[in-house]
Amino acid sequence: MTWSATARGAQQPDNTAFTQQRLPAWQPLLSASIALPLFFCAGLAFIGLGLGLYYTSNSIKELEYDYTGSPDTGNCSACAEAGQDGAPPPNCSCALNFSLPELFQGPVYFYYELSNFYQNNRRYSVSCDNAQLSGFPSALRQPVNDCAPYQYGAAGLPIAPCGAIADSLFNDSFSLWHQRQPGEPYVEVPLDRTGIAWWTDNHVKFRNPPLVNGSLALAFSGTAAPPSWPRPVYELSPDPNNTGFVNQDFVVWMRTAALPTFRKLYARIRQGNYSAGLPRGDYRVHITYNYPVRAFHGRKLVVFSSISWMGGKNPFLGIAYLVVGSLCILTGFVMLVVYIRYQDQDDEDDSDD
Amino acid sequence: MDCSLVRTLVRRYCAGEENWVDSRTIYVGHREPPPGTEAYIPQRYPDNRIVSSKYTFWNFIPKNLFEQFRRIANFYFLIIFLVQLIIDTPTSPVTSGLPLFFVITVTAIKQGYEDWLRHKADSAMNQCPVHFIQHGKLVRKQSRKLRVGDIVMVKENETFPCDLIFLSSNRGDGTCHVTTASLDGESSHKTHYAVQDTKGFHTEEDIDGLHATIECEQPQPDLYRFVGRINVYSDLNDPVVRPLGSENLLLRGAKLKNTEKIFGVAIYTGMETKMALNYQSKSQKRSAVEKSMNVFLIVYLCILISKALINTVLKYVWQSEPFRDEPWYNQKTESERQRNLFLRAFTDFLAFMVLFNYIIPVSMYVTVEMQKFLGSYFITWDEDMFDEETGEGPVVNTSDLNEELGQVEYVFTDKTGTLTENNMEFKECCIEGHVYVPHVVCNGQVLPNASGIDMIDSSPGVSSREREELFFRALCLCHTVQVKDDEDSVDSPQKSPDSGKSCVYISSSPDEVALVEGVQRLGFTYLRLKDNYMEILNRDNDVERFELLEILSFDSVRRRMSVIVKSATGEIYLFCKGADSSIFPRVIEGKVDQIRSRVERNAAEGLRTLCVAYKRLTQEEYGGVCQLLQAAKVALQDREKKLAEAYEQIEKDLILLGATAVEDRLQEKAADTIEALQKAGIKVWVLTGDKMETAAATCYACRLFRRDTQLLELTTKKIEEQSLHDVLLELSKTVLHYSGSLTRDNFSGFSTDMQDYGLIIDGAALSLIMKPREDGSSSNYRELFLDICRSCSAVLCCRMAPLQKAQIVKLIKFSKEHPITLAIGDGANDVSMILEAHVGIGVIGKEGRQAARNSDYAVPKFKHLKKMLLVHGHFYYVRISELVQYFFYKNVCFIFPQFLYQFFCGFSQQTLYDTAYLTLYNISFTSLPILLYSLMEQHVSIDVLKRDPSLYRDIAKNALLRWRVFIYWTFLGVFDALVFFFGAYFVFENTTVTSNGQIFGNWTFGTLVFTVMVFTVTLKLALDTRYWTWINHFVIWGSLLFYVVFSLLWGGIIWPFLNYQRMYYVFIQMLSSGPAWLAIVLLVTVSLLPDVLKKVLCRQLRPTATERVQDMHPQPRGHSPLASPQGPHPPEVACRSWRGPGCPHSGHGSCLETPL
Repeated sequence: MTWSATARGAQQPDNTAFTQQRLPAWQPLLSASIALPLFFCAGLAFIGLGLGLYYTSNSIKELEYDYTGSPDTGNCSACAEAGQDGAPPPNCSCALNFSLPELFQGPVYFYYELSNFYQNNRRYSVSCDNAQLSGFPSALRQPVNDCAPYQYGAAGLPIAPCGAIADSLFNDSFSLWHQRQPGEPYVEVPLDRTGIAWWTDNHVKFRNPPLVNGSLALAFSGTAAPPSWPRPVYELSPDPNNTGFVNQDFVVWMRTAALPTFRKLYARIRQGNYSAGLPRGDYRVHITYNYPVRAFHGRKLVVFSSISWMGGKNPFLGIAYLVVGSLCILTGFVMLVVYIRYQDQDDEDDSDD
Repeated sequence: MDCSLVRTLVRRYCAGEENWVDSRTIYVGHREPPPGTEAYIPQRYPDNRIVSSKYTFWNFIPKNLFEQFRRIANFYFLIIFLVQLIIDTPTSPVTSGLPLFFVITVTAIKQGYEDWLRHKADSAMNQCPVHFIQHGKLVRKQSRKLRVGDIVMVKENETFPCDLIFLSSNRGDGTCHVTTASLDGESSHKTHYAVQDTKGFHTEEDIDGLHATIECEQPQPDLYRFVGRINVYSDLNDPVVRPLGSENLLLRGAKLKNTEKIFGVAIYTGMETKMALNYQSKSQKRSAVEKSMNVFLIVYLCILISKALINTVLKYVWQSEPFRDEPWYNQKTESERQRNLFLRAFTDFLAFMVLFNYIIPVSMYVTVEMQKFLGSYFITWDEDMFDEETGEGPVVNTSDLNEELGQVEYVFTDKTGTLTENNMEFKECCIEGHVYVPHVVCNGQVLPNASGIDMIDSSPGVSSREREELFFRALCLCHTVQVKDDEDSVDSPQKSPDSGKSCVYISSSPDEVALVEGVQRLGFTYLRLKDNYMEILNRDNDVERFELLEILSFDSVRRRMSVIVKSATGEIYLFCKGADSSIFPRVIEGKVDQIRSRVERNAAEGLRTLCVAYKRLTQEEYGGVCQLLQAAKVALQDREKKLAEAYEQIEKDLILLGATAVEDRLQEKAADTIEALQKAGIKVWVLTGDKMETAAATCYACRLFRRDTQLLELTTKKIEEQSLHDVLLELSKTVLHYSGSLTRDNFSGFSTDMQDYGLIIDGAALSLIMKPREDGSSSNYRELFLDICRSCSAVLCCRMAPLQKAQIVKLIKFSKEHPITLAIGDGANDVSMILEAHVGIGVIGKEGRQAARNSDYAVPKFKHLKKMLLVHGHFYYVRISELVQYFFYKNVCFIFPQFLYQFFCGFSQQTLYDTAYLTLYNISFTSLPILLYSLMEQHVSIDVLKRDPSLYRDIAKNALLRWRVFIYWTFLGVFDALVFFFGAYFVFENTTVTSNGQIFGNWTFGTLVFTVMVFTVTLKLALDTRYWTWINHFVIWGSLLFYVVFSLLWGGIIWPFLNYQRMYYVFIQMLSSGPAWLAIVLLVTVSLLPDVLKKVLCRQLRPTATERVQDMHPQPRGHSPLASPQGPHPPEVACRSWRGPGCPHSGHGSCLETPL
């Protein structure tokens, strides 16, 4: 690859601005006189933005409740203890209580959070079959090798949906109950379980295989459910538009998280009396405790959060903007001092000449 | 190179070891010699096929691939690619395979195309028809079928098909003229001589009857050396033995001129011809930048390996808990479980290597190659370096050294033809103390019949008149000048004698032409050489004929030449002409003192002087001379040495006639250029074969030495007085004492009170210094000598043999600071130093193109060196160092977040970025801006660089690639990577960033990091760019736009046939989130902030000279201390007297340099 220009300068070279390296050019100079105002302007703008972001973030409310096994908030520890070595006993249910002294301004979003769960592990995150999830019947019968060891079931039947991600689908379920006054009966808060997954995932990327005789179950015949699942994929939900691969819980789970502690959206609370938020009173979360986390030292949380234009509560951006803005102004001042002192020196030098 | 070795081995094997001999025997016309001659060893010779191509159709792919993967970088990427293919790695093999494939393919196509051109040229050459003699008939054959021993006929203007021994020509005197323009570039006609005993064979039948064998050495590449012997058998007598020399050899590639046809016998064919042997490649030179680049690469390789090791170790520490190694949700397959632990660890290590391998980017090599290749066109295009007179522009023979031009610390320059024009003009001659000045010159034409003698001294007496005429005859006869004939004037006897005055002389030495022309102006005209008779026209317009008996040709060791002629009256003269130092010791009679003083005076004025002497030979003496010469000429071994000895014996006891002086004008702006180079901190050494006084005068004229320079002499004369040891000690005491008192000050500029030292050393003294002494302490002298040289601002080495020039360069090159050296010269005697120096520059001059062909760069004039170094070199260095640093920086930014991510994904080699991003980051998102930057950047304008040579000091000693700078860039990269990664981490941590409450996954996280990175890295380059042409704007903003458009497209569609959907809508979703936008702005700003701060503060607090100039530039009223001494030189400086101090005044030539 040793290239060399062998062009002979036998004739007069072209006299163009390009060949003579004399193209007209803008020659900006990063000198103190330009940088100083820039620093002050940027600093002020950042501080302004940072204040805005900080207040926005502060106005967002967030409630987190660990239900892995903390005894004080509910009785979920019983389920957790029972399943010490592996899976908790089937259909273990428990409850988690909390009370709100004032209105939780809505709309409120209901998340679950897992910690110490490595969805971003490479072997885990590749362990699914995109073609299968796009509803290609051929892929349904022949899952890719990446899915191993969740590729073929014990009977040799192909697993649908195959792979570790699908197999480890989060299967705790929650319901929220509200008690206005002590002694009153608990009223179920309606949870909107739609719109929790990306629209494009739910409608474009994930597709059920074409129905056979109008039946989704027949379309999946000849496949096995993932080993950890109690029921096959076409029975994930009674709603025919929310079952199979396009089940929203499933789609949400399949978007692997970036970090080992992650939240996933479970439901939105925006119906009936609760569209403005959660009114004050006592609340109870009924939990079907299925998902084992003790085995990998993980924790499970439920999170209620309000949402602004910038999403959930995150003071980082606001603080970062404030810090960077003040740093800009500080360095601006330092530079100003240096600039003025240096300028004096320079003038002296000049007068020496 | 390898091939020739193999070929040699094969040939040896085929021919049998015992047949490998030092000489070859050739049967002319394949006729066996008569029985009874020496036993003949048959040898096999190659046919006359020329193969310059490297590949054939069949071996192209394997051979080219092999060649390419011999490069260490390509091999590294191949290994990475293979690892990716074999083991289960995080990234697809495509990510490294595609760029590698691209690089390999582009290179292969380019090399294949070049080879195809070579094939075409080869076959054209191999198939061109050749006439040769078979059984007394003329036969046409293809050139490639020619064999050793064939008798070939060549017509006028044809090139010789192989190396031939010249048997006969149609010219009666058995000579022919050839030009060797395609071999060494000399366009002058050279005369070759047919073998004495065969020059009578004029027809095909005659030549077929020739019965002879030739013994000669095996082929060797030296174009000017050949020894051989021909035995001509005739029926009656014993075989006649004749010596063969290079004058009998016609080389392949040369062209026959002025001769209708010649016959010759092929002795070297095909790849064994001297031309083919000379096409072997020169050794590769590598630039300092490339060396530091390789060092940085090794550092990065170590970083890469340690990163992979750290991650592997941590992975196994972390996994020691089984719930982490194999949690229930992510179980292993059976085969994975059973794999050996060490094997697993090793595969993991390899996988990490693959994951981080982008830190050594394949694209850097491509970009560097492209930058050098394309960038070198700016040199060839440069109008300022185009010479209108000769129509020559600069030539770039290698683009590997562009940036080295910006690093030069020592310039070694030849004097004649480089500093001076090599345009000789006869100034005066001195005959026995009387000075003659021809002055009738009008526009370079000599006015006919004007009496051109200006007697300065009293008119000579009668006896001296005789001497005077003898002197002129000597000048007329003692030379090797040819007369360029007009068409068919060779054999036209009716040519009027007067017409000889308009004839044009050709010679390989311009001095000789000047002398012959000068004598013409003094009344004696050399007409021609015909049938071994030299004809001259004397003052009375009578033709005198002298028989030319012998020529004792010139060589650089003897530094003289002689002719032996026989006058019409039968007297035999030996005329000898040469340098004063080689003539005076051999003189026994004549007015030595007067002539010597005149010679010294002339030399001090910068004139080139020659002395002329003669002696008369009796017939018996001549006989002895003939025998001596003949014996030496026939010798096969050590012929040169024997000839030299013979010459030594013949050229003695001479009678001194007089001396000549020829002026060689300085090249325009030579002084200006040298001054600029010195201001740029470059030490200029003049290496010349000339004598000390002449060379010193030239040095004064070109302001290498100034009036206040104290000259130190280290010459033979001085060493004769004291011992070398004492001289060296004394000099070093003078110099070092002084420089010790102001150690640092000599870098700060040229203060007037600083004492300049100039050293003059001659060849003999140098060889004494270089010669290892018996007690083995030679190195002491060398070190001492180097110390002295270092403290001198200028060094003049005179009386240098070509090899000594290379020795000097080598001495400096390997001295302890390892400075970068540049050698510039125009003649064949400079080739050795041009090849030796880091950068070799050839001046496309009058002495042929040999220097230009062997150089790395060729320029038409010495003055172009200024722009070459101060502008082009400076730019190339600044550009390529930014290119190298930036490439490492952007790949640290690229890979370090990947490394950090491993801590958050259980060391599972999960990639942070998508495959497409991994592949395209270096290829398309960030490649073009830096390539364009490295082609276009001008941190200061061309005019400023030219005006202010001291800016060159800012980049001296590889300043922009020092460890400090490298570490700064690397840490900047690490800082930026930390900002990208943890910025994105805290933005994404445990929360949603969209207004609809939905959650992003890992690919969005990676895409955010990647987006911030692409913007930061591109804007960092934008911050560094000082010269924004529309192309820079287009490429920088264009590549950012391209990134956005590509990402939108890549995520906007579910690509059919790619089972690949993880990026679907990821980028668009990210853009729909407000915090992502805010994070991009914040993180880009934070990443760029320290660099901006550093730039502003450094500029404010410790500005370099370059930065001062930049600050000044926008305001023309600038007040820099540097500005005042610059500007146009006052006229009295440009036209000041160029004579050195103490030089006696003389009547002419007080202004050598033409101010322009």
